[in-house]
Amino acid sequence: MNFDFSDEQKQMRDEARKFLSEQCPPKAVREVLDGKAPYDKSLWKGLAEMGFLGVAIPEQFGGAGAGHLELCVIAEEMGRALAPVPFSSTVYLAAEAILIAGSDAQKQKWLPKIASGDAIGTLALFEGKGNPTPKAVKVTANGGVLNGVKKPVPDGAIADFAVVAARTGSSGRESDISLFIVDLKAGGVEVKSLTNIDLTRGQAEITFKDAKAEPLGAAGEGWSVITQVLDRAAVLTAFEQVGGADRALEMGRDYALDRIAFGRPIGSFQAVKHMLADMYVSATLARSNCYYGAWALSTNAGELPEAAAAARISATQAFQHCAKNNIQVHGGMGFTWEFDCHMYYRRANAVALGLGSLSYWEDALIDRMRKKNAA
Amino acid sequence: MNFDDTPQEAAFRAEAKAWIAANAPKQYEDELRKASLGRVALTGANILEVAKAWQKRKADAGWACLHWPKEYGGRGASPIERVIWQQEEGPFGRLSSMFIIGHGMCGPTMMAFAGEEQKRKFLPPLASGEKIWCQLFSEPAGGSDVAGLRTRAEKHGDEWVINGQKVWTSGAHYSDYGILLTRTDPTVPKHKGLTMFFLDMKSPGVEVRPIKQASGASDFNEVYFTDVRIPDSQRLGNVNDGWNVSLTTLMNERMSIGAGVATGFPELFDFCNSLMLEDGPAIENRAVRSKLANWAVKASGLKYTSMRAISALSRGERPGPENSIGKLVAGSMIQDVATYALDLQGAAGALSGPEDAEAAGKFQAMLLRAPGTRVEGGTDEIMRNIIAERVLGLPGDIRVDKDVPFNKIPTKGRA
Repeated sequence: MNFDFSDEQKQMRDEARKFLSEQCPPKAVREVLDGKAPYDKSLWKGLAEMGFLGVAIPEQFGGAGAGHLELCVIAEEMGRALAPVPFSSTVYLAAEAILIAGSDAQKQKWLPKIASGDAIGTLALFEGKGNPTPKAVKVTANGGVLNGVKKPVPDGAIADFAVVAARTGSSGRESDISLFIVDLKAGGVEVKSLTNIDLTRGQAEITFKDAKAEPLGAAGEGWSVITQVLDRAAVLTAFEQVGGADRALEMGRDYALDRIAFGRPIGSFQAVKHMLADMYVSATLARSNCYYGAWALSTNAGELPEAAAAARISATQAFQHCAKNNIQVHGGMGFTWEFDCHMYYRRANAVALGLGSLSYWEDALIDRMRKKNAA
Repeated sequence: MNFDDTPQEAAFRAEAKAWIAANAPKQYEDELRKASLGRVALTGANILEVAKAWQKRKADAGWACLHWPKEYGGRGASPIERVIWQQEEGPFGRLSSMFIIGHGMCGPTMMAFAGEEQKRKFLPPLASGEKIWCQLFSEPAGGSDVAGLRTRAEKHGDEWVINGQKVWTSGAHYSDYGILLTRTDPTVPKHKGLTMFFLDMKSPGVEVRPIKQASGASDFNEVYFTDVRIPDSQRLGNVNDGWNVSLTTLMNERMSIGAGVATGFPELFDFCNSLMLEDGPAIENRAVRSKLANWAVKASGLKYTSMRAISALSRGERPGPENSIGKLVAGSMIQDVATYALDLQGAAGALSGPEDAEAAGKFQAMLLRAPGTRVEGGTDEIMRNIIAERVLGLPGDIRVDKDVPFNKIPTKGRA
């Protein structure tokens, strides 16, 4: 049994970590946090040059053609570094949707641009509050144009194109939903930046007024593609979350070793030690669930829906747990703008919602486990 | 990344599977599979006899104590082969519960510290289950702080005379031998005055009394020593070096991965799949589903953590202190799961008779046994200390008695 990443994949992780520690130190993240830039453009270029943006994109479409296990490795490092770039929206959502449902021409058009860093993509799914359901999709597609409002759209204000879920029927079934690709720089598209709790990653409202749209995949199959995209993105995002959880745990551990109170390192008090031990436990359980998700994703196994939900729940909990207790270990300093703790706290809580919140995935997990049990 | 055996592992698995299929006591398979947390009992058969017979059969065919050297009754197998065997043995592995301490802790300690002649004499019957061993460490005054133990060993000629009391000794009532940690010098700090021995549990002056546990069952014992004489040749390690000897014993506990820890989750999931609440099936209730999902990811997290550890074994790495999380997570989880299963039953959840209670009283039994799992073999708090200190590298607890002679350490809290 080798339920682990290969030596080559681990080497890639080391390279990515080294690259990000040089190109994406907390100082660089703060440029975006403080609103000086919408995202880190030079980092984005660098990621493209390293081949990280197209790591899971086949070579014929300009990618490295490595695979999803390699993408999981990169995702973990992006999460650790809180990379302030539209990686998840472009790579896990837009690129995966095109890989699943795109025509050869669409793949030829968009994937090489994604791999080279020349196109930022996103998925426009949500329309106000609530979790992903076909019913919540109100944006309409008629005669090749879209009308309606999507929000929140991750990285919507900096994206060049979006994969948009729109209504093409009114039967009340999943088959009412179809997907479209929309050039966000074209006419009939209004984009407004929205403030959100994670200041290192943007959210936007996009209004379509007779915006030209090109179908992605067959009409009426949009929801089935969305479900697949969300499962894949759940695994990849879970790796980001585990990366973030690990880093928050390390920050807490390091501070507990350095900070002296009552004449001894605070890490020698059991109240603090045990809090850190519990953080390690949740990060470890999440990592193990993620590995199973990675296996299912990379082999396209029938277990993917269940594995993705488990990874998503476990990693969401772990990152939230580690990020909040990292602040607690830091005490007052942890609650300052100056310390980096809040950046992890912000990310942990924003990323917990982006693909649908915990309650959505809990529900999905139980449905999927029941289905397997019945089978 | 894969779950596949290497060709050698696959060959070993096939051999093990075939032998088990041909030799296991299949008449008990169903009962063993269904046995929940706690004691395994078989209807119409003496579990001890069935377990000994299975162990002997395995030993005769070279399937006992796989990782031990052949000359001591083992197979000389690799750690990963041992894990594969455990996976294949499945429910029949539950018959090994009375041998776990002997095979996992006493045997390895004997192997490291006994003389060659003693090893050849004592280890093979331990491996084959003909002789059962227990471990006599914990005392009323030394649980988590085991080095605080007070049982005295005093040298009289070529013999040591033992007086004192041990507690929480699993299986002492059916054990033939035990390894015993004693205090030989109370005038030096506590870790520096301990010495380890092994002894015949039938020695004059050894008295075993069962403990009635909070759950009502009796799986453990108190063992009293009154002028028990042990020859010096049965000393393990140097005089006053017993602490280091005991570390070897406890380290070997960690090698026992791969058997899987009980979380109660599969039982709860099955239960919720069949239970009807006032407003429909429990499994369709939003609150129930949320609880189940949270436990599901803990259970799967543990399962795949253990797969990662097995993969490390397969590569030839040694399991480290990170494997403490299994017991830590599963212990409180099974307690929470049992509490919730009763909650779902309302007032009737308090009924525990197999004829009245849902799921034949399985969850009530689980609830009453669970507090013990959070204490035995290292409390939750000790497990967290292990993770914090040995995995995360945080400082050890401040030990105010570290440099104090043992006989000067206060023994009472409030005066």
